[in-house]
Amino acid sequence: MAGRVKKQSMTITEKILAKHAGRKSVSAGELINAKIDIALGNDITAPIAISEFKKVGAKKVFNRNKVVLIPDHFTPNKDIQSATQCKIVREFAKEQKLKHYYEGGEVGVEHALLPEKGIVGPGDVVIGADSHTCTYGGLGAFATGVGSTDLAAAMVTGEVWFKVPETMKFVYHGKLNKWVSGKDLILRTIGDIGVDGALYRAMEFTGSVIDKLSMDGRLTMCNMAIEAGGKSGVIAPDETTKKYTRNRFERKAVYYESDADAKYVEVMDYDCRKIEPQVAMPHLPENTKNVSEVGKISIDQVIIGSCTNGRMEDLEIAAKILRGKKVSSNVRLIVIPTTPKIYADAMKKGWFDIFLKAGAIISPPTCGPCLGGHMGILGPGERAVATTNRNFIGRMGDVTSEVYLSNPAVAAASAILGRVAGPDEVMKRKKK
Amino acid sequence: MKVKGSVWKFGADVDTDRIIPARYLNTSDPKELAKCCMEDADPEFSKHVEKGDIIMADKNFGCGSSREHAPISIKASGVSCVIAKSFARIFYRNSFNMGLPILECAEAVDGTKAGDKVEVDMGKGEVYNITRKKTYQARPVPPFMQELVGAGGLMKWIKKRGKV
Repeated sequence: MAGRVKKQSMTITEKILAKHAGRKSVSAGELINAKIDIALGNDITAPIAISEFKKVGAKKVFNRNKVVLIPDHFTPNKDIQSATQCKIVREFAKEQKLKHYYEGGEVGVEHALLPEKGIVGPGDVVIGADSHTCTYGGLGAFATGVGSTDLAAAMVTGEVWFKVPETMKFVYHGKLNKWVSGKDLILRTIGDIGVDGALYRAMEFTGSVIDKLSMDGRLTMCNMAIEAGGKSGVIAPDETTKKYTRNRFERKAVYYESDADAKYVEVMDYDCRKIEPQVAMPHLPENTKNVSEVGKISIDQVIIGSCTNGRMEDLEIAAKILRGKKVSSNVRLIVIPTTPKIYADAMKKGWFDIFLKAGAIISPPTCGPCLGGHMGILGPGERAVATTNRNFIGRMGDVTSEVYLSNPAVAAASAILGRVAGPDEVMKRKKK
Repeated sequence: MKVKGSVWKFGADVDTDRIIPARYLNTSDPKELAKCCMEDADPEFSKHVEKGDIIMADKNFGCGSSREHAPISIKASGVSCVIAKSFARIFYRNSFNMGLPILECAEAVDGTKAGDKVEVDMGKGEVYNITRKKTYQARPVPPFMQELVGAGGLMKWIKKRGKV
């Protein structure tokens, strides 16, 4: 008599992928074809996908509710060429009657907009022709960045080929120190494992600190999985996830979690009591330092925004630090609320008054300066502190410019002091 | 398929911003993109690269953005093959999907100097350094990737399978 077959234990990533491949189970290393819930493109990547879609003779996207196009990188249109790219995207969205196409006063930075509007949610498989698509792992989805040809094929078939990734588990214990956020945890982790430390792998974030982390903080952490080379980042859905997606997510949420005996290729533990705000020095996100150890580095610009750190919680921290203060006369501070809703909510809270009185520029939602696109480009030798995700050579402008990555608290404090600085330096002064 | 050319060498973690900076992403015309290929890594590259030339790089080539403009600009500049110690995931995927030949071979990268003449047998995964008369074996290309290459890229592969 055959014994009872033991059910294969799986990680959350394997469970989501198995379900979408129509299988009972999958294991790391297997090649699968998975059905996707959402395929996403932007004004840079979609035009190539649209051209490939047409070249192959396709007439209709597989599902008009599941192909999402968001022109957010060079919008408001930066020049004639980018306006032409956006026009291609707009015409295709109209022709295909896409449910989710936003522009003008309705558009936001894609990875802030999709969770906010409930277009992506727990249990989903999402691909996006944008490397920061991994953000949605914060909602308990499998989400990964791909290129334009992958997007084109997905728009036709509704499927994508994947190699099931191995999973690295990161456990965050203890409690967060003052001014320490999800951004610091992920920067510190990238600093430890390097920019290819999670290459081809899923990064699963767990532990008591993650349990207490806000949805904004979770999205920030998963957003930067790609900066460690990761295929995806993921946090198992819990009450915080349910509260966030309730009355918002447009499909039925499916909550997966890893089995207790699931296989991990590596497990890393962090005592968060030992982590202080982090700064990634030029020119790689892995060059992390404690903010107290950075030394005196004068700066010319500060960006608070992007798909990494341009949500309500981020603006709230910035407002708290900038209240009643002035931005250094040597610094241009650009605040970029990432969606129209965040923009309106931040204004209602009175934070715009704080930012404007401090001397900040408030930008409409755009990816703009993060990728050196427009709306805040750096000149030769200029330095910026940014709450964005990459500090590669020339990322934000001239090839000799420098980007220092940080959380919004460090960015706001740096704007006031005109050098890379921790928020304690500014908040202590206030007490005097 | 055999390709032959002079080698351009690059270091570790060459990101897609250095392969094709975002300031040029307001177009997707391959010829335009080729004009600024590798500009922030080596401004001389696009001026002097010749048809058939080979790029060799250290680990994690193509990290960062998902922009397919990166492999498109490399291919359009005439480069016949990229050999690196390892590739970032999206760049790896994009290259197979759109038809830029790539191989992983750490020994070849270490044993080759800029300007060396190299011949690559893509089928066998053999890298022959003509200048130094040394042969290296690249990591085998996974069977599914070979299938994609055989079909002529992802779009032709889905068409072949009757998915369009």
